[in-house]
Amino acid sequence: MEQKQLTGSQAVLEACIAEGVSTIFGYPGGAIMPIYDALYDYKEKLSHILVRHEQGGIHAGQGYARSSGKVGVVFATSGPGATNLVTGLADAMIDSTPLVCITGQVFAHLLGTDAFQETDVINITMPVTKWNYQITDAEEIPSVLAKAFYLARSGRPGPVLIDISKNAQLQKFNYEGYTPCQHIRSYRPKPVIRKGYIDEAVSLINNAKKPLVIFGQGVILGKAEKEFKKFIEKSGMPAAWTILGLSALPTDHPQNVGMLGMHGNYGPNVLTNECDVLIAVGMRFDDRVTGRLDKYAKQAKIIHLDIDPSEIDKNVKATVGVWGDCKETLPLLTLGIEQKDRSEWLAVFADYAKQEYEQCIQPEMYPSSEEMTMAEVIRNINEITEGNAIMVTDVGQHQMVTCRYAKFNESRSNVTSGGLGTMGFGLPAAIGAKFGAQDRTVIAVIGDGGFQMTLQELGTIMQTGVDVKIVILNNQFLGMVRQWQDLFHDKRYSFVDIQSPDYIMLAKSYGVAGEKVEHRKDLVAAVQRMLSHKGSFLLEVMVGKENNVFPMVPQGCSVSEIRLK
Amino acid sequence: MNHNTEKQEYTITVYTENQVGLLNRIAIIFSRRKINVESLNTSPSEVQGIHRFTIVVMESRDVVLKVVRQIEKQVEVLKAYFNTNEEIVWQELALYKVLSEEITEKVKVERLLREFGARAVAIRKDFIVFETTGHREETNKLMKALEPYGLVEFVRSARVAIIKESAGFHEKLKDFEKREPGEEVIENEYLGKRETVFTM
Repeated sequence: MEQKQLTGSQAVLEACIAEGVSTIFGYPGGAIMPIYDALYDYKEKLSHILVRHEQGGIHAGQGYARSSGKVGVVFATSGPGATNLVTGLADAMIDSTPLVCITGQVFAHLLGTDAFQETDVINITMPVTKWNYQITDAEEIPSVLAKAFYLARSGRPGPVLIDISKNAQLQKFNYEGYTPCQHIRSYRPKPVIRKGYIDEAVSLINNAKKPLVIFGQGVILGKAEKEFKKFIEKSGMPAAWTILGLSALPTDHPQNVGMLGMHGNYGPNVLTNECDVLIAVGMRFDDRVTGRLDKYAKQAKIIHLDIDPSEIDKNVKATVGVWGDCKETLPLLTLGIEQKDRSEWLAVFADYAKQEYEQCIQPEMYPSSEEMTMAEVIRNINEITEGNAIMVTDVGQHQMVTCRYAKFNESRSNVTSGGLGTMGFGLPAAIGAKFGAQDRTVIAVIGDGGFQMTLQELGTIMQTGVDVKIVILNNQFLGMVRQWQDLFHDKRYSFVDIQSPDYIMLAKSYGVAGEKVEHRKDLVAAVQRMLSHKGSFLLEVMVGKENNVFPMVPQGCSVSEIRLK
Repeated sequence: MNHNTEKQEYTITVYTENQVGLLNRIAIIFSRRKINVESLNTSPSEVQGIHRFTIVVMESRDVVLKVVRQIEKQVEVLKAYFNTNEEIVWQELALYKVLSEEITEKVKVERLLREFGARAVAIRKDFIVFETTGHREETNKLMKALEPYGLVEFVRSARVAIIKESAGFHEKLKDFEKREPGEEVIENEYLGKRETVFTM
């Protein structure tokens, strides 16, 4: 067995290497200095990206995890460094993103004394981490980090935070090598699959006249895209997605009937309340998807596949709860279900799609107004990328428009803040997504509000030379809030009128090329220039100030009350 | 009234690893949902190294079921159960401090002890401490009886409960281990070594 003296800090970095980490996002500070000192000697093996703010660091870690499927690793110091991670942790927790965050902590003998930059990060982050732990002795580092990586990525993934006191980082101990963790007595990553509910689900599907499959990020997290495709193809079922499930099934798949929820497509929303069997795969019935719960799919038998038992019956009562990893449960279902032609049922969706196209989509994608629309910008991007880019979005109108209209050919191509709706997520997440998938084009579509929340990360782009295409859809408003004020608050536009700096000049000051488009005639060429530009590029497009995103299921309404205007 | 939505007392039994911070992890599951914890007890269990939480809440079955699943989801929780009062045997312990002068003058202490199944656990010139165990109504009764005679202090413990139907957790734990054999879970071996940790 390997026997050598290492410091705690070195053991942290050895653990990262053993876990296959290639990129760390972080920001140094007093309490994490020993780890950064050790990092100086590990520069060859571990690439560290210096961000401009810890929130940027953790969102980058999330983007990295989402595009690569690997665990994102983030370093931050104690106190403010650690508290700046909280938003990202909450975001990663609700969107099941695997992260290992390492924070420095004051010397163990100073714990609880209100020492400089001391904060009780373990208790602060408890509700927003899958697991967290404080290390005060270096000997614990290898086993605790092994546990951290295992917990972050196994079962339903999530963020893990490990807080390491400065003395433990400095402490020398006998390092006996790194053993990955494969089992924790009190933790079951996936529930045992029972034949009984597989049989029940199969029989419900086989007897269904109008089954509808709705899928979420579980398909992507379970790396079950192929299994999912086989499942829906065998019995010809229509499949609709949540915004985190987006890109698990190619946009142009004939059975892909579109997006669910508040700004989703017409057909899947209305027909949720007409299907006879609703098959939910790796999704958690968020209120933005279900609308009013007591009027949600009441006529349907519900089959719910989830790896997390606490999701079954949490929001929507399942007729059959299929506990398990969908990579394993989907093939079992596929085996049992009959080959069916459901073209008549699919035609109902097509009919709704046609109505929606005429009333909403066509006027948005090919507007007759002088003002540009967000949707036509996305259409122009689609035409050039042909659906091969990773689209990263922030939060708001542009996010809904991008999710609705962007084209996707492969999985892990849509990176967005879904559950938490974190404005400011887009730019740093795009940086991380690019590091996680370096051979792919990464386009960040961001609103003028969200961009101003984390624009300091332009500095990270400048310093690393990472190639991220940034599209700011500028409507000079906090658009989604304005839309609600327009529709539900008598147009009382309270503090949504937001001014922007000169983004092109701003980008230039960070060494990033940019262009502003104010007229339709300049749009195509500008998008082309952006995508063929070597290195990062910022494209600002001035879009209609008061455009609303439709269709919309107003809050408190049933999904069948979806409005087209 | 619906059995699933009607509020009643539920006793939640949680088997956990012995880990710093776990109490908080469990507590925030209740506080996040604005559920008041009526009673909370932590103790060792029948299995060495495994802790047992006994939590009493006044809630509907629907809510308790969801809460228990959230508790079970915590990494260091092995298993959580919930039971109605009919399904458990439970006890609470209460202590009562009364002034000796008053109580010996006005009450036949012997009768009082017999009637309420109480014991005197401390007898001093100035005060006496009684103790009873039982259900809340029973411990309350003695409190009521002592009130007129200068009850100086009263305290009642959390509920401890045994599940009637349960065959104990030991076998289950062995089952877990058999099904998914693996290395021993990492316990916090620095627990109780605060002194040495803190002087580094």
